[in-house]
Formats: sequence, C-alpha cells, structure tokens
Amino acid sequence: MADAAQALKMTQSAPLVVHAPPAELEREPLVANGRGIGWLSDTIAGVAEGSPAAWWKICFAISVTMMTVCFLCILYLMSTGVGVWGLNHPVMWGYAIVNFVWWIGIGHAGTLISAILFLLRQKWRTSINRAAEAMTIFAVMCAGIFPLIHIGRIWLGWWLFPIPNSYSIWPQFRSPLMWDVFAVSTYFTVSVLFWYMGLIPDLAVMRDRARTKIRKIGYGLFALGWTGSNRHWSNYEKAYLILAGLSTPLVLSVHSIVSLDFSVSQLPGWHTTIFPPYFVAGAVYSGFGMVLTLLVPLRRLLKLEEIITVRHIELMCKVTLLTGSIVGYAYGMEFFIAWYGGNPYEKYLFLHSRAADPFIIGPLLGIEPAPYWWAYWTMIICNVVVPQLFWLKKVRTCMIAVFVLSILVNIGMWFERFVIVVTSLNREFLPANWGYYSPTWVDILQFLGTFGLFFTFFLLFLRYVPLIAIAEVKGVTPQADPHHPLGGAKTGGRHP
Amino acid sequence: MNDRPYAILAEFENPAAILRAADKVRGEGFRNWDVFTPFPIHGMDRAMGIQNSKVGWFSFIGGVTGYATGMTMIWFMNTVDYPIVIGGKPMFSPFSAFPPSYELTILFGAFGALLGMLFLNRLPRLHHPLLKNKRFKLASHDRFYVVIETNDPKYSETATRKMLEALGSKHVEFVEE
Repeated sequence: MADAAQALKMTQSAPLVVHAPPAELEREPLVANGRGIGWLSDTIAGVAEGSPAAWWKICFAISVTMMTVCFLCILYLMSTGVGVWGLNHPVMWGYAIVNFVWWIGIGHAGTLISAILFLLRQKWRTSINRAAEAMTIFAVMCAGIFPLIHIGRIWLGWWLFPIPNSYSIWPQFRSPLMWDVFAVSTYFTVSVLFWYMGLIPDLAVMRDRARTKIRKIGYGLFALGWTGSNRHWSNYEKAYLILAGLSTPLVLSVHSIVSLDFSVSQLPGWHTTIFPPYFVAGAVYSGFGMVLTLLVPLRRLLKLEEIITVRHIELMCKVTLLTGSIVGYAYGMEFFIAWYGGNPYEKYLFLHSRAADPFIIGPLLGIEPAPYWWAYWTMIICNVVVPQLFWLKKVRTCMIAVFVLSILVNIGMWFERFVIVVTSLNREFLPANWGYYSPTWVDILQFLGTFGLFFTFFLLFLRYVPLIAIAEVKGVTPQADPHHPLGGAKTGGRHP
Repeated sequence: MNDRPYAILAEFENPAAILRAADKVRGEGFRNWDVFTPFPIHGMDRAMGIQNSKVGWFSFIGGVTGYATGMTMIWFMNTVDYPIVIGGKPMFSPFSAFPPSYELTILFGAFGALLGMLFLNRLPRLHHPLLKNKRFKLASHDRFYVVIETNDPKYSETATRKMLEALGSKHVEFVEE
C-alpha cells in the first residue's frame, strides 16, 4: 500500500511533458501564413466590394449571351414542338434527360461538402462550402429546365404537381417520375435554405462594412438583424447541425430517385439494382469535378490562395479519386452481372450496343461495332482511367493538371448519362424498331445555353455575396481557439 | 424617464479573454446580458450557462408533419377522391407513397429547423440598439463584446464598469437606447 501511494505521489509530482511532434508530421494549416480573423473578413468580403474586374465583365457578357440562346431555344421549342429535337422512335429520351441527370448530379458535391463533410467534422470544408452550395443551387436550376421542357406541352407542366387537372384527376404516385418531382423540388428548396442560413452571419458582415445606403439596407434586410449574439449562435449552430443531418439523407435520396426513373422500367441497361448507389457516387464524382473546375481558376483570379490552399485542392482530388473508383467498380459490376445474370437481352446490350469497338473487342469476338462505341469508351477513359492519375501527388498539386482533369471528369460523366439513356433505347427488343439518335442544333445550343444560365448566376453570386463562409473559416483558425496561444490562452494548445 | 442607456458594452480582443469574462459575468449572477462574437466560440455556451437549444423540437415536429402530410395526401388523392386502378394493384400502397413522403419529411423538417431558429432568436428584427453603435460594427469583424443591459437587477453604473475593466477590457462604453 505504502509503495503504491509512493508511486502515485511520484507520478503526480513529476510534471507531464508531451513533446511536440516532428515538423514533418504537422498538418498544413487551413489558412496559410497564420492570417488573422480580421484579414479574413477584409479579403473575402473585399471580393464582393469595389468595381468588377475586367475578366468578370468579359465572362459575364459571354454568359448572358449564352443564357439568351438557352431561352431562345426554349421559345423555338415551345412554338414549334418537340420535333425540333433529335428524338425519334425508339430513342424517345435524348439530350433533355441526359442533361437533366448530368446537371443534377453536379449539384451533389455542394451538398456533400456542406452536409456530409460537416457531420464528419472535416474542417477543410469551410473554405469551399459556400461556393459549392451556390454551384448546387444553380446546377439544380439548370437541371430543372429540362424535365419541364421535355414534356412537350410545357403549358401542362402543372400536371406534375399535386393539383387535380381539368378532369379532376390527381397525379399517379406509383410512378417514379412523380417521386422525382418531389425529390428535385425538395432538394432545391432545402439547398436554398441551407445556403441562406449559412449566409446570414456573412450578410451581417457585409452590412457592417457597407459604405453606401443601398448596400446597407440591402444587406441589412437579408441579414435579418443578426448581431452575433452567443445566445443566437447557440440556436444557429443547432439548426445548422440539424440541416446538415437532414441534407445527408436528402442528397443520397435525390440521385437514387433519379436512378429509379430508369431502373423501375423493364428495359435492359436500365433495369438494374446497382443504379441508386452507382448514380450517387457518379453524382458526387462529377460534382467534385465541377467544384475543381470553378475553384482552381477562381483562387488564382481572386487571390484567395491562402484560404483555398493547395491542401484543399488535394483533398478534393482525393474525393474525386475515391468516387471515380466507385464509379469504375460499378461499371465493372454492371458488365459482370450482364453476363452472370444470364439475361440474353442484357448481355447483348452491353456487348453489341455499348462495348464492341471497331478495333479490339469487336474484331476479336467477331461482332459488328456498337453504334455508340465511341461514347462508351470516352466514358470509360474519362471516368475510370483519368481519375487514377490523382494517386500521384505531383498531379494533385499541379493546378493546370487538376483543372484539365476536372474538365475531363465532367465530359466523362456527361457521356455516362448519354450511354445510359441513348444506348439502352436505340436497340429495341424488335430489330425492326432499331434506330439511331443524333442531336439537332437546337439540342446542342440548348445544352450550351444552360452553361450561360449557370455562369450568369455564379458570376452574380461572386459579385454580391461572400464566396467563402467568413464566419466558418474564422472559426477554424488557431486565433479563434480560446485554448490556443494565438487565441489568447497563456499556455498549451496545438492547432489540429 | 428614459435617460438611462440601454446597456454597457465592453470590448475584448481575443477568444480566451471573452471566455474568461463570460465565465465571470455569469458567476456574478447577471441575467440580462450577452456575448457577441464574429463566430461561435467553443465552450462559450457552458461559460454563459446556456441550455441545449430547443431547435430540434421544431425540426422534429416539422418532419413528423411532413411525413403524415405525404402519406395522407397520396392516400386521399389516389384512393378516396379519384381512385385509379393501376395494374390491378391495391389502391394505396405505403411503399410507392414512401419516396414522396420521405422527401416531405425532410422538406418540412428543414423549414422547422430554420424557422425554429429564427423564432427562438426573435429574428428577423429591423432594429436593435447595438446595431446603431459605431464601435459594435467590429463584432462581425475581429472583436468580442460583453453587453450587460442596464435593466439587469445586479447592474450598477460604477461597479459593473469596474468589473469589466478588471477583466481586461480596454474599451468600455454605454450604448444608447
């Protein structure tokens, strides 16, 4: 007993010394050069103040022109009919559905960054979540155009909503298309709510910095009288946590339901149980591609390299690599099941309608080249091969390489949707009904036009709203930690 | 009679100082006071003695309402008001009604969270005495403030000021109503 007491006394009296880890194990800070919280306000809010840069004006002019083209195409479609598109029998879903699925998939990275990474306590999300959420909202807007216009008689679009039509018939809720209406409109609304709630403290920053009366009133109204009271922060943080918790199952359900539009049907190539997780992984993959495409040039143009650091870009590349590999696995599994499942139609579709190229597989197996073999192999190269380059640190830290690869990611994902929609339809069960789909100029301009819509909104966002969540980035600096020397503590504290 | 200022405001320069100050002010037994910071500070809720937020209840009630709305709406539309037979299946199936109801759960739950937060914070409000104060504009920038209202029972013009200065505040001023 006495010995034990002695030993205890000794351990208590000897001061506990924890040595600092070696410098190479220290994580790179989330805000470079030890910048303080005042600097963060000035830098981020400064982007939305002052007069616009020359590149902004040029990009804005181009975007508005393209957006106009988008609306003119819609007008032409409405006044003439869906015959202006390249749709035919049997390919009755074409560019409209491809573009819808592609755009809505892009949105998924924003919600993943804002909700799932928040729940996983990934502090690096704070530098990129605002811009990614804005991207989500604008991408869903672009996506929402297509299902509306592809119904042909656009003026009957309200039949999709739970309103009885002129014969008092309600919508039919066994159809996945109805589920889609609810999923996409909920997704849009909740994304806007989440984005706006995150904006409230930052709009207060803009209000407090405003010099002109108009800005003071404008930002003041949208900031809702936010003062930064800790009693308010307490409720705010809880609400933010709940919204993140609600957005996580939401984002997983949205692309799952989009995939059910296909997989609930009986068509080989669509009727697959792997679709929901495969679509969600592909959506996050393409979304991260788009976030990289936007942020890699922006951090340079707006001189935000100290806030969106190379570490942030690297981490996003790693998520792209992970989701790209899941997508690659799904392609392989889909192909395997086409053979293993023993369904001759499915096997035929995968080999004869998708994979058989005129150079290797076709001649080897003695098969005619598939009509869309080029689309299939573009998809495989861009989605399976290209992301594997992100294993290399040299690639992840080279901004030009990241930018180019991120564009390839999005090209690949667009072709994935093209392959799913068009190649499954173009060869029907009856060979007499086979056909070939190619888009018309209206299809192509309509698609390019949605980029105009997207970038118009995105550029306006850059001008009027802080593109990085100021309060959140402040919160992850060592200066904000009351137990860190930089935060005013006398001792202790290492920045995580 | 209202010549009395609205509150006394003390500025602090770092999170550790404001955390210590909050701990002290709560310990002294003040009631109508608050801390204003540019970002939420870890541990401040405990230092101020704030209970767990009630936002969760608003969100929960929203979610339950959403799910019930979805299920009842679909059952009423496709079974009661205008029955449609599809593939000889039962008029109502909870499985095909689930996806829209699930989405409505999330939709109403999200509105519950946001509106509940605004309600508990008594926002939006167009006017607040602090927002007229010039110095207070730094509360969204890089300064931290303790504000004690003059209608607090423990408030005294000299003693409270002395306490705040003793806590290390270099700038103490009165905020007009």
